[in-house]
Formats: sequence, C-alpha cells, structure tokens
Amino acid sequence: MKPVLKVVDLEVSYYTDAGRAKALDRVNLELNAGEKIGLVGESGSGKSTMALAMMRMIKPPGRIEHGQVIVDGNDLTSLSDEQMLKARLSQIAYIPQGAMNSLNPVTRIGAQMIDAIKAHSPNMPKDKMRARSLKALESVELKPEVFRMYAHELSGGMKQRVCIAIGILLEPKVIIADEPTSALDVVTQRQVMETINKVQAEIGAAVILIGHDMGLMAQSMDKVAVMYAGRLVEVSTVKEMFTAPKHPYSQALIRSLPKLDVRGVFQGIPGLAPSLLRLPSGCAFHPRCQEAMDKCKTLRPENQVLASGSRVTCHLYGEGA
Amino acid sequence: MANLLEFKNVSKIYKRGKTETVALDNLSLTLKDDEPTILTVAGESGSGKTTLAMLLLGFIEPSLGQIYYQGKDISLLSGSERMSFRKEVQAVFQDPFAVFNPFYTVEHLLEVPIKRFKLAKSRAETRDKMAEALTAVGLQPDEIFGRFPHQLSGGQRQRINIARALVLRPKILVADEPVSMVDASLRANILETLRTLQRNYGVSIVYITHDLTTAFHIASSIMVLYRGSVMEAGGVEQVIKYPQHPYTQLLVDSIPWPDLNRRWGQTDLEPSEDSVIGQGCKFYARCPKAMEVCRSRPPLFQLEPYQTASCFLYQEKPKLESEQLSKTLPV
Repeated sequence: MKPVLKVVDLEVSYYTDAGRAKALDRVNLELNAGEKIGLVGESGSGKSTMALAMMRMIKPPGRIEHGQVIVDGNDLTSLSDEQMLKARLSQIAYIPQGAMNSLNPVTRIGAQMIDAIKAHSPNMPKDKMRARSLKALESVELKPEVFRMYAHELSGGMKQRVCIAIGILLEPKVIIADEPTSALDVVTQRQVMETINKVQAEIGAAVILIGHDMGLMAQSMDKVAVMYAGRLVEVSTVKEMFTAPKHPYSQALIRSLPKLDVRGVFQGIPGLAPSLLRLPSGCAFHPRCQEAMDKCKTLRPENQVLASGSRVTCHLYGEGA
Repeated sequence: MANLLEFKNVSKIYKRGKTETVALDNLSLTLKDDEPTILTVAGESGSGKTTLAMLLLGFIEPSLGQIYYQGKDISLLSGSERMSFRKEVQAVFQDPFAVFNPFYTVEHLLEVPIKRFKLAKSRAETRDKMAEALTAVGLQPDEIFGRFPHQLSGGQRQRINIARALVLRPKILVADEPVSMVDASLRANILETLRTLQRNYGVSIVYITHDLTTAFHIASSIMVLYRGSVMEAGGVEQVIKYPQHPYTQLLVDSIPWPDLNRRWGQTDLEPSEDSVIGQGCKFYARCPKAMEVCRSRPPLFQLEPYQTASCFLYQEKPKLESEQLSKTLPV
C-alpha cells in the first residue's frame, strides 16, 4: 500500500534570543490512507510544531530547516505559497487546539463554511456549496439548522464538531487534529472522537491525533507515535504500545497511567523535560532514563525497525545491544 | 465533633430577565473538623461544580440556604473572622499559567500572602516559610527562587500554587480542575502532592473535576452532580466500580481507560432535545431508562452504607433525606 503521507527528515528550529532551539529533529513518519495515528508527548516535545510544519504554518522566528512533507505524491515543501493555500484543507486539513474558539462570533456557521469552499473553488454554484456544507454538517451529526446559527448558540461539543465539519468539507487526504477534546468533558469527548472516527471512515482520510491522553489513544487510534524533545522515539501499533512498549520513555509513560485495578498508586516520570536550547548530548532522554548506558551519553541512537514492526530510537535495540 | 464546613440546603439561582437557571439545587454537605478527607465533586460543564467552589470560597452568596464555617454563617462573618476564613479556605485553580504575574519572580506570589496575613516577623522567617512550603510540594527551593514564571513548567507552576495555599496553613483546599491542563506524566506528581497535603498537613480537599480517573485514585468519596443536583454519591471505589445511576453509568462508560481490554461502552450518546422538565428528574431527557414516574423529582435512595443515588430505579430502597447526604461519604 502506498503511503498517503510521508514525512521525511523534517527539521524545524526556532531562532530565539537565547539561541537556536531545535523543535523538530529529523522526524520521519509514514501513514497509509485510512490509518489513524496518535502523537503523544509532554508539552514542549514538538507535537504542535510537527502539525504546523506539516501545514507549512511555522512562523518566524521558526523555520523549516529541511525535510519533505509528501501528501499523495505531492511534496508540500516545494509548493509556492499560492499552491500551498490551495493544498490546505483540500489535501491536508488542520483542526487546531481550541478550534472551537476560532469560529467567528458575528457570522453564521453556514457563511463560514461557504467561505472555506469559495477560497478553493470560487466558481462553484451557490446551491452546490450549500449542499456540500449541509452534507458535512450531517456527517458530524449536526442538524441542518446549525447552518443558520451563530457560534454562541452552540455547546462546546457542537462547536468542536462544526470545526471538524469545516475540516472535512473538501475531503482532505490527511486530517491533523490538535487536542480536539482537551476542553471537553468525558461524555462530549467520546461523542467528538466517535464523530472523527466516523467521518474519517467515510472519506478514507488518514488522521493524526495530537494529545497527551494515552487513554484516548488506546480507545480510538491504530498506532501511537511518542515524541520526546523533538524526536520520534517510538512508533508502534496501539496493541504493541500498551502491551510491550519498547523505548524506556514509552515504558515510563505507560507505567504512569492510572489503572482501575490498583487504586491510589501514582508513578510519575522522574526528572523534567529538557530545554530545547540545551539538549543533552547523545540520546536526549539519557538523564532521565533508568537504563542509560555509557554510549547513550555520547552517541545519538538511530531509528530502527524491530521484528514486531515497531520503530524505535534507542540503543537498547538492534546491533550492539 | 465540630463541623468545619456545612452547606445547609444551599441553592444558587441565576436570574436573567424572567429565565431562572438553577446552578445548584438544595445541596447539604458537611466536612468534619478532625477528619481531613478528599471529596471529589464530579460532573460535566454546567453541572454546578464551579458554582459549588465559588460558594465554598465565599465569592458568591447562596440564593437559598446557609453556609456555615466553624459554626458561623459565612455571609455574617465579622472582619477578623472573615480574615481567618479567607486564610483557612484556599484554592488552586485550573490554569497554572493565568495566575502568575509574568513581571514578578515566583517569590512574589508566595510573599504576598505571608505579608498580608502577617505570618512572619522577619525576612529570614519569610524565606524559611516559603522554602518549607516548596519542599512540602516536592520542589527544590534553590531551583525555584529567583525564577520567573515563564522559566517553569506547567507542573512546577501548579505545585507552586499549591505551595502558596499551603503557606497559609489552610483547613480546606478547593482544587478546581488542578490537573486538567498539566501533562499526563506530571499529573501523578501533582496528585501525589495533594494527597500528601491531606495526610501530613490535615487539609481537607474538595477536588473538583470531570476526570473520574484521577478522582478514583486520589479521593475517598465522590459526589456526582448533574445540572445542580446530586445524582449519585458515596465512596469513590463503590461509585466508580459499581455505578448505579444511569448518568454515572454513562460517565464511567465514557472514560477512555488506557487499557485495551476495556473498550469504550456502546451506550447511546445522542442526547435527546434539552427539554426542561421543571419538576422531574433532571436527567430525564437523556436517560435511557426513563420511566413515567421520573416526571417527578426523585429523592435520594440509600443503596449501600456508602452509596446513594437519586433515581426511581431504586425506589424500593430506603429514602435518604438530602440533609443526610454526608453520612454516605466515607472519610
């Protein structure tokens, strides 16, 4: 199967007064059509930077240093700004964090949806645009009346679903959702996730869900990618990740999760996430790693594919381990 | 045994024109002085949990009923009593980023309460007090002093907020969603800090959240609110493992457990029209098990020594007066 999304050696830096912060360090990722992957990591690990870089929305002082983002055979990084405008939403859609607060309070939901279509196909007849918007609303299980409503008339979960509807208007190949449910309560969260899964199946898009709730990933994703200090340290299937995580950081992450059988046991991850300005040498996780060896301090581990299909960046695996 | 805090038939009604919104409906609740506990108040947005926190902190006044702190009505406190109420009832809020003034170092946040309540006589004593509070929440004072808020992580800031409350030696700590904006890996640390506070410093904690997973691990008792009314209450283990009220069942069923053997439930989620049934059960419109009798308001029924639910499915069980609610909350 040909991957619909290919991220090759993507590298992003922010140039700050204190120096250059490498927010994304040679990240590689492949995703097939219809595949759902969760991207997890602590705040500052580069999850949102990765989403923005894929959308080519990194603003100065940030810069994409090099790498490619290939969607359906087209390299987004080689497009002109004009072409990129067209590619957003039609090829790759982004539902940002707190998207529900991004709706314009003074125009109707319908007008905002038609705006999005107009930007891509200005010559489409009006009634066709309307029909398409209504269809999108229907697929996120909102009533057609929402088309005529204003944002303040909707609940948080409904607003979030409107944003998903806008995201799928042009049936993109890849949908990136950045913490789409972090402000919602559990019941609404489940509704929104079920909506995302449903529309994803309808249009066969690949989904990248950014978040730090491992429970959510376990319940709704196919694969999980773990980020640490701007690097992807492990990419595994959900089953692999929750039964046999490979990277010591993933292991600590899984151990820190609350469980239903033992009450009142907390296991945090000792230490703090490193500053991107002063990354530790070698493997960035070595100061917090319980299994750190001498070479972890000096030698940066390379990405490798294990027999189980997991991709992991750690000296514990592969030759010489 | 004195009551530290008592809610007596408290209701809060917000009026806007002719429409009335009952944010909290006839709640009675007692926290005992000598038994520090962690009580979770759970519910979705609009359930009245933040209204409860605001009432408890004395920021707003109840529309009906009274709130007593150490036997005194908090709306009638004298000046000095009010000061000690303010000192002994502290809060930690949701957003660890919003409460800091970015222009001051962290000491400022800790110094203000010490000065305001005249807790220290000298600079050295002030510093000792700050260092002690920081150590209590698991931070290294030397690493924190002199830092600006932007130099600290969300988890560190939230722990400094807890330290700020701790400096005042509170009797009650209201924690309104203290971990919902903190990374999952740091949540464990914050929750551990809260629990140490309750055990070692005898602080009662009212933990307000919509996250039942963390509630399950930290609290001893739980109260589930829906549109201002108690749906179910009791021991946290009992209620979360064996939920009886259809609403609690829906909530528990929707928790995304990080466990592949526990899939998300299949309960139908589509809420029917938000029809307001003035007198009936508040969950009527969404309840999959709604019956004719639910058109009138269900009282609390006692299911287990430490479990009560406001639902007619259990009408053969003994009734529980709403004033007796606290009896079902284990410490």
